[in-house]
Formats: sequence, C-alpha cells, structure tokens
Amino acid sequence: MLNLLLRRLALGVMTLWVVSVIIFAGTEILPGDVATAILGQTATPENTAAIRAQLGLNEPPHERYISWLGGFLQGDLGMSLTSRRPVADQIGFRLENTLLLAAVAAMIAVPLAICLGLVAAIRQGTVFDRGISVSTLLAISLPEFFIGYILIFFVAVHLGWLPSMSNVNARMDLWDKLPLLILPALTLTLVSVAHMMRMTRAAVISVMNSPYIEMAELKGIRNWRIVVQHALPNVLSPIINIVILNLAYLVVGVVVVEVVFTYPGMGQYMVDSVSKRDVPVVQACGLIFATVYVGLNMTADILSILANPRLRHPK
Amino acid sequence: MSMIDDKIPDALPRRRFDWEFFSCMPLAARIGLGIILLNVVMVFMAIFGLTPYGETEIFRDLGNWAPPSAEHWLGSDQIGRDMLSRIIYGAATTIGIALSATLLSFTMGILMGFTAAVMGGLADNVLSRIVDALMAIPTLILALVVISVLGTEIYILVLVIAVLDSTRVFRLSRAIAMDVAVMEFVEAARLRGEGLWWIMRREILPNTIMPLIAEFGLRFSFAFLFIAALSFLGLGVQPPHADWGGMVRENSQVISYGIAAPLYPAAAIALLTIGVNLVVDYILARQNRSAAAAFEEQEL
Repeated sequence: MLNLLLRRLALGVMTLWVVSVIIFAGTEILPGDVATAILGQTATPENTAAIRAQLGLNEPPHERYISWLGGFLQGDLGMSLTSRRPVADQIGFRLENTLLLAAVAAMIAVPLAICLGLVAAIRQGTVFDRGISVSTLLAISLPEFFIGYILIFFVAVHLGWLPSMSNVNARMDLWDKLPLLILPALTLTLVSVAHMMRMTRAAVISVMNSPYIEMAELKGIRNWRIVVQHALPNVLSPIINIVILNLAYLVVGVVVVEVVFTYPGMGQYMVDSVSKRDVPVVQACGLIFATVYVGLNMTADILSILANPRLRHPK
Repeated sequence: MSMIDDKIPDALPRRRFDWEFFSCMPLAARIGLGIILLNVVMVFMAIFGLTPYGETEIFRDLGNWAPPSAEHWLGSDQIGRDMLSRIIYGAATTIGIALSATLLSFTMGILMGFTAAVMGGLADNVLSRIVDALMAIPTLILALVVISVLGTEIYILVLVIAVLDSTRVFRLSRAIAMDVAVMEFVEAARLRGEGLWWIMRREILPNTIMPLIAEFGLRFSFAFLFIAALSFLGLGVQPPHADWGGMVRENSQVISYGIAAPLYPAAAIALLTIGVNLVVDYILARQNRSAAAAFEEQEL
C-alpha cells in the first residue's frame, strides 16, 4: 500500500509541475503579446519596449519560467502591474476569505448531502428518488448567478433577513463575517448538494446489492443497522472521494459566486485582474486555484486508498 | 432465381426517419423539446429582425428599469432599452457562440478520439496525456488565464471554449470508439486496406452516433453555461451587443432594490439548459432501454 501511496504522491507532484507549465505557457507562448495587451490602445514602440524590459520579457522563456516558479515556491508571487505592489501581499486576505467561504459551504453541504443520500438509498424508489432526479437536473442546469440572484431577490431584499452584499473586510472577526457568508455559502450548497447526494446514493446502493448485505437482511437485522454498520465501512472510500471531488468543485465554483455577492475573495480578484490584463496576478491566482484543485484530487485518491479495507489489509 | 435475388439485402437498409423517437416521448422530454423550439424561434426572430423593438433602441420617456407594461412586456433595462427585444437578440448571440463552440469542439474531439482509438500506441498515448494535463486544471481558471492574454474577441471565446471542451469529447469518443475498434468488422476493413479516415467515417461513426448525440446535448449546455458565465464576469461578449450573461451583469446592481431585471436573462439561460437536459435524459434513457433489449435478445 505504501508503494501505491508514494506512486500517487509522485503523480500529484508531476501533475502540479505540468499544470504550472501550462499556466505559464498559456500566458507566454500564445500569440498574444503581454506587453501590447497591457498597454492596449496606448501602445507605442517605446513604452512597449519599456514594459517588456520591466516584465523581463526579453529573456528566453525557459529562464523566465524557472525564475517565476522558483519565486513562487519561496512565496514571491511577482508584482502586480496595476497596483505595483507585490501580489503576495494582496492575495493573503483574499485567499483566506475564499477558503473561509468554501469551508462554510462545505460544512453545510457535505453532511446534508450524505444524510440525504443515505436516506435516498434506504428509501429507494419512493418520492425521494424523483426528488433527487429533479434537483440534480436543476443543479446542473441553473447557473450559479441565477441561484445567487434568486436568493438575493427573495431572502435578502423581499424578506430582509440577510444583507445582499457580502463585502467583508479585514477588521471584521469571524462572528461579524458569518451572517454575510450565509447567502453565498447557501448558493454554493444548492449547486453542489444534488450531485453529491446522487453519487452517495449510487455508492450505497451498489454496496447494498452485494451478497453479504443480503445475508444480513436474511438474518433479520434492521435496515438502519445494515446501512450504518455493514454497508458504511465499505461505502466510506467512495463517499470520501465524492466529498473531496465536490470540495474541489466548490473552490472553483466560488469564482462566480464571489462576483455575485461582491465578496472580496481570490475569484473576484482574479476576474478583476483578467479584465485589467494584470498578467502576473492572473498567473498567481490561476496557479493557486489549480494547486488547490490538484491537491484536493490527490487527497481524495490518497484517502480512498487509506479508507479501503481491502487495501489496508492486503492478503 | 429471382426469389434468391430478392432475398439478398442491400448493403444496409437506409436509416429512415425515426418517428417513434417523437411519438414515445414522455411529457418531460416534450417540454424540453418545446423549450428548445422556442429558443430556435427566438434566434430566427433576432436574425430577421422580427423583434418588437431594436437591439440598441433607447426609450428615454420610459426611463431605466421600467416595470413590465403592455408595450414593454418585460420592462426596460439599465439605459431604457426594451428588455424583451434584448433577450431575443441575446438568444442569437449566446446560442450562436455556444453552438459554434460545440460544433468545433466536437469536430476536434471526435477526430482526435477516433484517431487515438483506431491507431492506438504512441498516438493514443500522446493525445491522452495532453488531454489529461489540460483536464487537471479547472476549465474556468484555464479560460481566465488564456483570456487575460488573448482578449475577448468573439472568435477567441469560441476557440477557447471549443479547445477546453474538446478534451471531454475526446475522452468519450475515444472510449466508445475503443469498444467498436476491436470488433471484427473493423479488423476486416483494416485487412482490406482501408485508410484511417474511411474506417473512422464508415465503420466507427455509424456505430457510435447515438451516445455522441446525447453527448452533443450535454456539451452544448456546458458551452452555453460557460459563455454565459464568462459574459457575466465581464470577460465574454462585450456591450452594446445583447447577450444573456452580459445582460445579467449589466442589470445586476438593481437587484438590491428589489427590481427583477437581471432575473429575466438569467431565467432564459436556466430555461434553455433545463430544456436541453430534459431531451438528453430522454435520449440516454432510450439508449439504455435499447441496449438492455439487445442484451436480452442475445440471452435468448
């Protein structure tokens, strides 16, 4: 098993490296020229050359890539072109906000989805099942901003229960932030819960169909006990996988939701920087998002190896 | 003599139009089809200019965010343009971009996927690794990185969405083609000395067409939501062009005053995606049923 784990870790590191190459190449090798992109209409040969020199674009790409990645590993994310301050200083607070939002959303969505998925698996073929297929359809069809604005329109404006903008700032402590976080977290929950629930249900049902569960049933063990005591240990590994994959999805889904609720997180920062053509910030944000995503995917695989009884006790 | 001749079938019976596909439709799929037709009608209305008012026609006396009225069914937008007309024009832009991106991504994905499946070996390995690497990065993030350099020209948006989406098409078409590529008739064609292109077109494609159609629906709804999201973020279609995601963005600030303006284009986006998914669900269910029937026949 150790062998398996090490191999997965190595693959993860390898993936991260490839991802960094793609993100770097995406901004450097593509036909668009960063310097003219930044200057736009005001580009003249002189100031283009100045920007190129400032960005170090005159050096060969592989050297720039190495110094970029090297800086990144040491926490130096480069300089923002628009604010002319280090990207790392501006990202810290926003990264914290984004992770906080994703965490709150996960704390609502994960237990809810697992419970609903279990209930749906036990009460197969009832009205619950229909409910699941309808809500999954809605979850994949409705854009995040539609759900977000519906929540703002009804919950924040018409009922007046919660604020419609989530403009938190660095001086607030966690308790001040929480009410501002509820609506964006709820939006993310609504988007992700149906999918998680459906996958949990499918995983539980596939285990429930195996002979040893039938044996337990024939012995007359109660339905709930079969699920919790007999099925759950074997379902654990797929469920962990499902949960973490959805967390990875949340980290990205956060981009649109942050813009809807004007929440000062990484997603909003990245979108702003894309429209300002602030390439170093875009690269840094892109690499951080991708790292979290790849990291979570790797964690999912590692945890499911660890949670799999058959791999833990090899014959 | 003639009797025997009569019994020799033509190479393959020509596929006739499958009326059963429509006559057996459950209510949900009918609703889905209705929604899609409605959107098609809107696209043609926009192309032929059959809207109540113009795309950029401003009604000063109406003002901004006027409530719905008999003349303006959905009221007006942030600078006093007719919301309904903008939504109809937006249909052409948003659906047009999504459709061209999907067509492009399908062409690329299927060509690469079938090539990988038929050729195997090195070609398969190289293509699969490239796709794996691209899929390791969340689509939206990669799109943002690329757009920050290339800009938001419409053809660039189509290309970016198509390339990112073709990775999914590649995976699927490679997987289904793999199943077909090992069949005897493909082997026979190969031994006959048919070329790669001929095998892909005449042997593989006819046998994989149904799952690919369902996938087309899913990919379309993905591309459609994706361009809507990009425009909503302000990185897609640029004003004054009407486009659903952009219209949500332009009108979004008034939602805090209880004005529903941004909800109309957002609902239009949601409605079309639901419609497409309802029809796709029906195609997939039908396919599973016919696969199960074929399996039973074999058992007997």
